[in-house]
Amino acid sequence: MGIYSKPVVFALISALVILVGTVVTVFVPMFMPSTQPVSAYVKPYTAIEQEGRDLYMREGCNNCHTQTVRPLRTEVLRYGEYSKAEEFAWDRPFLWGSRRTGPDLNRIGGKYPDSWHYRHMHSPQSMFALSNMPPYGWLAGNRLDTSNSFRKTQILGYGYTEEQVKQQIAEYKTKVTAPEYDSKATRDQVTPEALRGDLTEMDAIVAYMQKLGRDVKAMEKQ
Amino acid sequence: MNDTGYDYSVVKGFAFSALFWLVIGLVIGLWIAFEMFDPSLNLTPWLSFGRLRVVHTNGLGLGFGLAGIFATAYYMLQRLTRTPLPFPGLAKAHLWLFNAAIAAAAVSLMAGMNTTKEYAELEWPLDVGVVILWVMFAINVFAILVKRQEKQMYISLWYLVAMTVTVAVLYIVNNLEIPLTLFKSYSLYAGANDANVQWWYGHNIVGFIFTVPVLAMFYYFLPKATGLPIYSHRLSIVSFWALIFAYLWTGAHHLMLTPLPEWIQTVAIAFSIFLIAPSWGSVVNGYYTLQGNWDQMRTNYLTKFFILGITFYGLQTLQGPLQGLRTLNAFFHYTDWVVGHVHMGTMGWVTMIISASFYYMIPKVTGRELYSVKLANTHFWLILVGQLAWTVTMWIGGIQQGAMWKATNPDGSLMYSFLDGLTSLYPYYRMRFAAGVVYFIGILLFAWNLIQTVRQAPSASAEA
Repeated sequence: MGIYSKPVVFALISALVILVGTVVTVFVPMFMPSTQPVSAYVKPYTAIEQEGRDLYMREGCNNCHTQTVRPLRTEVLRYGEYSKAEEFAWDRPFLWGSRRTGPDLNRIGGKYPDSWHYRHMHSPQSMFALSNMPPYGWLAGNRLDTSNSFRKTQILGYGYTEEQVKQQIAEYKTKVTAPEYDSKATRDQVTPEALRGDLTEMDAIVAYMQKLGRDVKAMEKQ
Repeated sequence: MNDTGYDYSVVKGFAFSALFWLVIGLVIGLWIAFEMFDPSLNLTPWLSFGRLRVVHTNGLGLGFGLAGIFATAYYMLQRLTRTPLPFPGLAKAHLWLFNAAIAAAAVSLMAGMNTTKEYAELEWPLDVGVVILWVMFAINVFAILVKRQEKQMYISLWYLVAMTVTVAVLYIVNNLEIPLTLFKSYSLYAGANDANVQWWYGHNIVGFIFTVPVLAMFYYFLPKATGLPIYSHRLSIVSFWALIFAYLWTGAHHLMLTPLPEWIQTVAIAFSIFLIAPSWGSVVNGYYTLQGNWDQMRTNYLTKFFILGITFYGLQTLQGPLQGLRTLNAFFHYTDWVVGHVHMGTMGWVTMIISASFYYMIPKVTGRELYSVKLANTHFWLILVGQLAWTVTMWIGGIQQGAMWKATNPDGSLMYSFLDGLTSLYPYYRMRFAAGVVYFIGILLFAWNLIQTVRQAPSASAEA
């Protein structure tokens, strides 16, 4: 048998054989509109939401939470409208996950007030005694690092100017530190006193939670 | 045949590295298994489940799996080509750099540097390191094949070549990312596209690390350990080409019922079903190799590792395509069923074959008799029972969770809250932890046995 005594030829043929399926199911779809549809309703993340998303990745939340609602009756009942490809146009990387130790989060935005998330992140067991989610109260003890926020939005192609990013950060800070903020009491409870006037990692991850699925919910209302 | 030219130091180095990362990876596995029913073990940010789970998967997949593959590959390559390693210095550097990279990977993942793409979580500087490591390995692979003394390349070498080529393509394509800092990058791909690339990678990295090179070991060490030639050369040829052709089409069965274009999902289902044929080609080849000599299951302590290993491979490759079917996937996906499926492959197939290969190989490369066959038998039974209890527990838990997610009241409303479904699994999680402890004890015996083997005085008869 010829090729079994010609290693280089053998390697080249192997490469061709593995590339057939690769080209058809991965490389070609990369350039098809169906894998990257866009929708005017789906807006990129704000700088703060993106910071929250990066924390979600840093903490490996995707190991236990999915972000895709499947088009199944009970799933739509439990989580809401099923997920569409265009919702993920800005997601680099995608965070669909592969295991639901915790519930799906693709429709979590707007489901609960911020105070719910502050309390739950701080101590999931204080709300659900039998929950196995790790507590993330310590996120409120870390000041949010926004030094790369603008660079991030640049790399991700969100199209914000540096001014806009600064403004987004300032606006969010004003919102959560204002006396009239509707979740102020809970935020103050979980945030160390020294950081209450600042943005913390906890603030950013809550902002990210509230973004998930919100654009779709807004679209449904129209 | 003159053995003196063969370089076995790197074989030994990688084998003991594999044992080291195996023990570390399992300790972390036990830790996170405990966290699943008792979150109080999330003591610090770097010990929290979200960070530690990826240390477990990477530590065992890359640390143990790859080290086991490199150890056996450097051995098989030299024996099957009857040629000493062309660049022993490069192989030694490969060994040291590999261990440094795995240690750095573990630390960086605990620090939260995580790209979140499964089995590709390492940040970009480590990705560059992995590519360099792979090139260092590939240079020796191709150099030894070009310089070889044996004209024909045996089956195991085909699998090693296929792995070397394919893993390079997979790893580079899926890890293309734009760096922000030294510790953070963003994927080049977005949304559904990113998901498609990731699961093409995710499925095939499992295929070309946990299947292809392990088949290389199976085809080499089974005949060596039993003294029986592989049943059919033709079957192995057909199985090989069909396997490496079909594998690459199937990644999207991990994305069933997600927003990925439906045709990609359907193509993946079709090829997944097709994959049963070449997978079982190797299973049948293994079984028939033993025909007329099944008494070896009793008389030769290594044979049962290989036969049970290939049996788990066979079960795995039936279960995989079935749970990829849309209807079944709708029920099983995202539950612990899949976790059970994966672990039958890793704890059953991969670890059994690597165990037996090491038991055969380490005495050969060190010139010593195996310290204790009795201990090896105990190791076999502990990891068999531990693995079965582990996986079956997770399958039952998965079925229960899938059913609870789907259950509705007569009025059409959901019967169970999400938390009901989760908390009903805690008894299974406790059983899984116990099964993991049994398995871990088996692995400790394995490591102990090999450490004691090399600490003995050399024997005159051990080197064939």
